[in-house]
Amino acid sequence: MIGISGVPAFLKSVLSAPAISALVGSGGTFWMPPQRSTFASEVDTLFYFIYWICVFFFMLILALAVGFLLKYRRRGEEIVVQKSAHHSTFLELIWSGIPLLLVLAIFVMGFRGYINMATPPAGAYEVQVTGQKWNWSFTYPNGYIDSELHVPSGEPVTLVMTSQDVIHSFFVPELRVKQDVVPGRYSRVWFETTEPFEGTVFCAEYCGTSHSEMQARFVAHDPAEFDRWMERAARWWEGMSPADIGATVYQKRGCQQCHSVDGMGGIGPTLQGVFGSRRTFADGSTGTVDENYIRQSMLEPRAKVVQGFDPVMPTFQGRLKEEEIAGIIAYMKSLSQ
Amino acid sequence: MSTAIGVKPEPDVAHVPSGSNYLNCERGIKSWLLTLDHKRIGVMYLVSTLAAFLLGGIFALLVRTEHLTGGRTIMDADAYNQAFTLHGAIMVFLFIIPAIPAAFGNFILPIMLGAKDVAFPRLNLASYYLWVGGAIFAVVSILINAVDTGWTFYTPYSTTTNTAVIPMVLGVFILGFSSIFTGLNFIVTVHKLRPPEMGWFRLPLFIWALYATAVIQILATPVLAITLLLLTVERAFGVGIFDPALGGDPVLFQHFFWFYSHPAVYIMILPAMGIISELVATFSHKHIFSYKYIAFSSIAIAIFGFMVWGHHMFTSGQSALVNMIFSAITFSVAIPSAIKVFNWVVTMYKGSVDLKTPMWYALIFIWVFSIGGLTGLFLGSLATDVHLHDTYFVVAHFHYVMFGGTVMALLGGLHYWWPKMFGRMYHEGWAKIATLLVFVGFNLTFFTQFVIGSRGMPRRYFLYPEQYTGWHIASTIGSYVMAIGFFLTAIYLIHSLFKGARAPKNPWGGVTLEWEAQSPPVHYNFDGDAPKVGDPYDFERVEYDRATRSYRHKPLKA
Repeated sequence: MIGISGVPAFLKSVLSAPAISALVGSGGTFWMPPQRSTFASEVDTLFYFIYWICVFFFMLILALAVGFLLKYRRRGEEIVVQKSAHHSTFLELIWSGIPLLLVLAIFVMGFRGYINMATPPAGAYEVQVTGQKWNWSFTYPNGYIDSELHVPSGEPVTLVMTSQDVIHSFFVPELRVKQDVVPGRYSRVWFETTEPFEGTVFCAEYCGTSHSEMQARFVAHDPAEFDRWMERAARWWEGMSPADIGATVYQKRGCQQCHSVDGMGGIGPTLQGVFGSRRTFADGSTGTVDENYIRQSMLEPRAKVVQGFDPVMPTFQGRLKEEEIAGIIAYMKSLSQ
Repeated sequence: MSTAIGVKPEPDVAHVPSGSNYLNCERGIKSWLLTLDHKRIGVMYLVSTLAAFLLGGIFALLVRTEHLTGGRTIMDADAYNQAFTLHGAIMVFLFIIPAIPAAFGNFILPIMLGAKDVAFPRLNLASYYLWVGGAIFAVVSILINAVDTGWTFYTPYSTTTNTAVIPMVLGVFILGFSSIFTGLNFIVTVHKLRPPEMGWFRLPLFIWALYATAVIQILATPVLAITLLLLTVERAFGVGIFDPALGGDPVLFQHFFWFYSHPAVYIMILPAMGIISELVATFSHKHIFSYKYIAFSSIAIAIFGFMVWGHHMFTSGQSALVNMIFSAITFSVAIPSAIKVFNWVVTMYKGSVDLKTPMWYALIFIWVFSIGGLTGLFLGSLATDVHLHDTYFVVAHFHYVMFGGTVMALLGGLHYWWPKMFGRMYHEGWAKIATLLVFVGFNLTFFTQFVIGSRGMPRRYFLYPEQYTGWHIASTIGSYVMAIGFFLTAIYLIHSLFKGARAPKNPWGGVTLEWEAQSPPVHYNFDGDAPKVGDPYDFERVEYDRATRSYRHKPLKA
């Protein structure tokens, strides 16, 4: 069963030559990334089943075409055409019947694998996911929000996902799962990792300027370690100064995707030296950046957009705790000293 | 090919017609712009769509060049997003959809039928000007603030981005009417202008393919028109149809869009398959294998093509039941395509395969279309599609089908009918060098993308992880090789217009009626009545004439 299990041994040995090994994905097979979820081996088995069907039929077509070409190639100017039938119902039935059976098999295998993916088990660990231009936020059952997705390894995890703006798509290659994240509705995806590992959540549905940077760190912990992480993470601001809380929120909640803290331009205004300054807004009015303005900019970001920027910031209404809002204000003050 | 380069151009042949043809019967720019001659309209379409191909190709090269590194190479993220959007929109709407039907279909279809023109010559010219109008709108969008939505215009991104979506969408709306007019014209022409002895099963297969295409064009395109109009209304007036912020449903847009755009895939590929049927038969000098199966498979593809749009949306959140149904129907489309490929290959059996440039392209088509079609199996299957959806694997797959399939067939058709259209022979040696460059470049460009895709790189990514760098560089080099091949093609074809040997009536030994017309044809296609038609693939009807190095039709027995 070399076909089903992946790259055949001889190919692997060829590919292990130093120059070529760089081309082979680390830990995975030639075609597929490493397997880290319970779906992965089934998906890959089907992938390689289809793959060897493709190789077989492509080689068959190629061999026939090249064979006929060499055998019946016109030499010189003499046209030699031998008598032969130009129809055969038998052949037509063969070459539509056999592919039909094969695609039926592929369909059934693909559907069985998919139904498994589409049916989250009861009692799975549930994380709320919000996609927005251009970051992810993950809300854990205890209310803790992070820009990274941490899950317990070896346990089923369900994500309930929605978007603040346009369509995004949750994709972790090692898990072999992908699900669109649509504004105005909830979509669900579930998986169970097979071992602790670190990966990346990619956005797979085009969503504008920083689509390719809409990534989040994915960490599957050993279950005991996951509990310890959660405990630490949920109390992360204890003992921190408000400005440090703000700096952490800035990192964790994706602010840095659009706002710099070093004066550099970006999709949104930089946060450096802003507090206390006067700004001109898109409608021509002006105002001073004070505590109230910063608060409003996070909760109603499109109310007063600074001139020269697009109104693309999503609202954080209900998604930031009071301590975090106060922290951001303190952090911005510290950036203006 | 050792013989390829040294081949002398075909010698001038004695019976080359001098005197009037469609190119010189009237002169002046007005005689072109106001022409009702399907051949001139076909030539105008050919030039215009190839110009669109050049423009779309430039954007493709910009995208590929950007990907030489994983970081920023030559442009910023917004420019990149605009570049891939314009590449897709221009290639799909201005080039691939119209190219084969409107350029070769217009030129060849009436002649193949022995008719003087299409059924509605004025509608035909109107269709060309609609194309020009649509192209102007597209260019306006590029000049204002080029659209950055991807060619698919997914909502609510397309209703909220600040780029010029409306001009591009209206351009596509107008192009849709151009496509509908062409389809309507072909359907009526095939029904009403066939000579009496040409029954449905004596139609050349290219005509069957164009007919099936025309049916899709007139049935599916209005849906796109309505969808894009709704999009425009939402964007311009804030009427909530697709944007959930206004009470709309963004996934509804995807249903509407793919209800047209999946059948549109067959608008692109069916005419290409029609060309391949002609090329394989002519250059094997043998009756096409299983005429009826190839003809009916075109119709089957046209019908099934309407029922599979949901396979673009397996991860959109539509229900598992709906996904299952669309997956099952999708696999049924695989069979008619497989039937065609097998029949083409077997047509060569016991034939006399003449490896002229158009046949090279036909063989390349079989190669790339097989890969393109087979890799569709991974995407039709639900469990594997979830992983592969919206990755480079999909990009590679549809380029193998759309670019590999349609463009290779278009190039095959171009080299096949070039002597007929312009009365000149091109240089076989240079043509084969260019063909080889295109073939190698194409596979290098797109095969690499299967690998990065299945390993998990999403499409439409400006920045990419370092592990993909080597593959991206290879892909970009491939695109440059291909570009050199295309420029070489342009050079020797244009050169042939001035210096090429005069083309005989029938340089390849084709049986269909266009090979009984002079090269280039006269204004009304044939002097006097059109010749009688028989079986379009009865190659015993043509005989080789050593003196003129071309073929002659024998008179048809009564």
